[in-house]
Amino acid sequence: MPSKPSWFNLTSLVLGFSFLYLPIVILIVFSFNESRLVTVWAGFSTKWYAALLQNEQLLEAAWVTFRIGLTSATLATVLGTLAALVLARQGRFFGRTLFSGMIYAPLVMPEVILGLSLLLLFVAIDQNRGFWTIMIAHTTFSMCYVAIVVQSRLSGFDRSLEEAAMDLGCPPVRTFFRITLPQILPGVLAGWMLAFTLSLDDLVIASFNSGPGSTTLPMKIYSQVRLGVTPEINAICTILVVIVTIGVILASLLTKRQRFKRMEEERLAAAHL
Amino acid sequence: MAKKPLGPVRRAFSPWDDPSEQPFIEFRNITKRFGNFVAVDNLSLKIYKREFHALLGGSGCGKTTLMRMLAGFEAPSEGQIFLEGRDLAGVPPYKRPVNMMFQSYALFPHMNVEKNIAFGLEMDGLPSKEIKSRVMEMLSLVKLEGFAKRKPHQLSGGQRQRVALARSLAKRPKVLLLDEPLAALDKKLREETQLELINLQEQLRMTFLIVTHDQEEAMTVADRISVMDKGKILQNATPGEIYEQPNSRFVAEFIGDINVLDGQVTNKELEDVKMFSSVLGSHLDVCYPTAANVGDHAALAIRPEKMRISFDKPERLGTNAIQGEVWDIAYMGDVSIYHIKVAETETLRAIVANTARLVERPITWEDQVWLSWDSDAGVILTR
Repeated sequence: MPSKPSWFNLTSLVLGFSFLYLPIVILIVFSFNESRLVTVWAGFSTKWYAALLQNEQLLEAAWVTFRIGLTSATLATVLGTLAALVLARQGRFFGRTLFSGMIYAPLVMPEVILGLSLLLLFVAIDQNRGFWTIMIAHTTFSMCYVAIVVQSRLSGFDRSLEEAAMDLGCPPVRTFFRITLPQILPGVLAGWMLAFTLSLDDLVIASFNSGPGSTTLPMKIYSQVRLGVTPEINAICTILVVIVTIGVILASLLTKRQRFKRMEEERLAAAHL
Repeated sequence: MAKKPLGPVRRAFSPWDDPSEQPFIEFRNITKRFGNFVAVDNLSLKIYKREFHALLGGSGCGKTTLMRMLAGFEAPSEGQIFLEGRDLAGVPPYKRPVNMMFQSYALFPHMNVEKNIAFGLEMDGLPSKEIKSRVMEMLSLVKLEGFAKRKPHQLSGGQRQRVALARSLAKRPKVLLLDEPLAALDKKLREETQLELINLQEQLRMTFLIVTHDQEEAMTVADRISVMDKGKILQNATPGEIYEQPNSRFVAEFIGDINVLDGQVTNKELEDVKMFSSVLGSHLDVCYPTAANVGDHAALAIRPEKMRISFDKPERLGTNAIQGEVWDIAYMGDVSIYHIKVAETETLRAIVANTARLVERPITWEDQVWLSWDSDAGVILTR
């Protein structure tokens, strides 16, 4: 039931939101600035967005980031889902605690250490750094996020569904694809989204493992900022914010619609009894 | 709904009495351990073709484990399981010619009713035309013709139960396993479904094995019941034998209501036994074949519906009669249960059918009455 907000609640709300979003609002506002100087407002303009399209280096970096995100998120989803299955299903086995601890470790491991250790590995095996090394590095740290998301989905999964499938003559691997996967798909997709975003905005690990011709967007932005913030950077950041926002809104709309649809179907079924 | 003509009368069926009959399913010295816990303890059981067999027991008695071993979800720690004489060891669940109906129904939520029922047939690689006709046949068997395109969450509990049944029958398994199939239904629907199950089993001429904790359900549907406790079968017999000739105190008390009096055998001539009950302070006549000898401690068990109450002492020969006071009356509608206090620490129960509409009870609270039963109404239990 909505009640009249007290002044305390209102103040907390305003403070909280400004703390979170004021920097982003300023960034967006200044991306439409006419002036070359970031901090001085000189009127509305969209010329920096046009300039962005001419900046081949930035576009190239964006393309690299996108490709790394797609491949590493997909790979991490496969590996993370497998790890989650073992953790949720295998029961007690020798080394289970160690394994689950090691799955979670990259969550709390400082990124610098993770990046450095991967770099040392690639140097040791004499691997030229570039697209593939960043991709592998991103897979390494994002698969544990996938594992956690999928594992939580699996914990609510009714094992008797799989038993029923096998009872009806379905071999285990086929059971996974016909029964288990469709049931945990929302978790798997959420894990993929998470892995993709993590890869998209990673700077530290990518910097350690990149090579010539494989500069990611965060790296590019960071290096340009060191030479001074240009409204162009503001513009590309605004685009990123818009993409992420649209994605979040779409995802929540989709789940909401599914819930409404389901509720409506259940209401219909009840009326038919 | 229009009434359908009743099917043929059930014929007498007792292959277990025929020594030349081969068992269809045989559990031979099966033991199943989970860590230190023994779920099934050196158990042997033979089930015959077209038998409706019930595994009955409380939770944790091993009945579900036994069924899951037949389905192939658990491997026995020791012993063998045979189906039509073939050892099932090492045969995975997806290659066993048995199908199971799960307690949770386990309907695939992302498939509609039709796809659920067709699942097993698709696995067998049947041509799609045959799958379609078989699904239709199953839907009409469980009277769900109009529901083919519904998803499981669009069905009521009773409808889901019937879809689960149709799905497990679709492959025409050699044995249908039913794991507490009616536990989630309300009482009236459950009773209707029990009768439907019996008819279905008659119609399909299949072997059914049901796991249940509900003794009435087991009595209603099964040809034979195995009463289980702590991983062992205490008694395996027809519902009538289980009820009228329980072989142990556990079975007697698990099935229905029963009065149990501890006593000592004081005299024995063939089946005519005299017992002394120290609680009642009196000698009782029992006519029952027993292995107990004079001097042995044993229990006399009498079902409440075999007890009579009256104001005057019954003078018939071969009748036990003891005096008591009406302690409590439980009115159940069809019958009333009278609790008669026969000693300081003992009440016995007698069931009286309410044959007349209740105007005034002839016998009521605190009345002094005679409680009597025939000597052949009781059962002597030695364990």
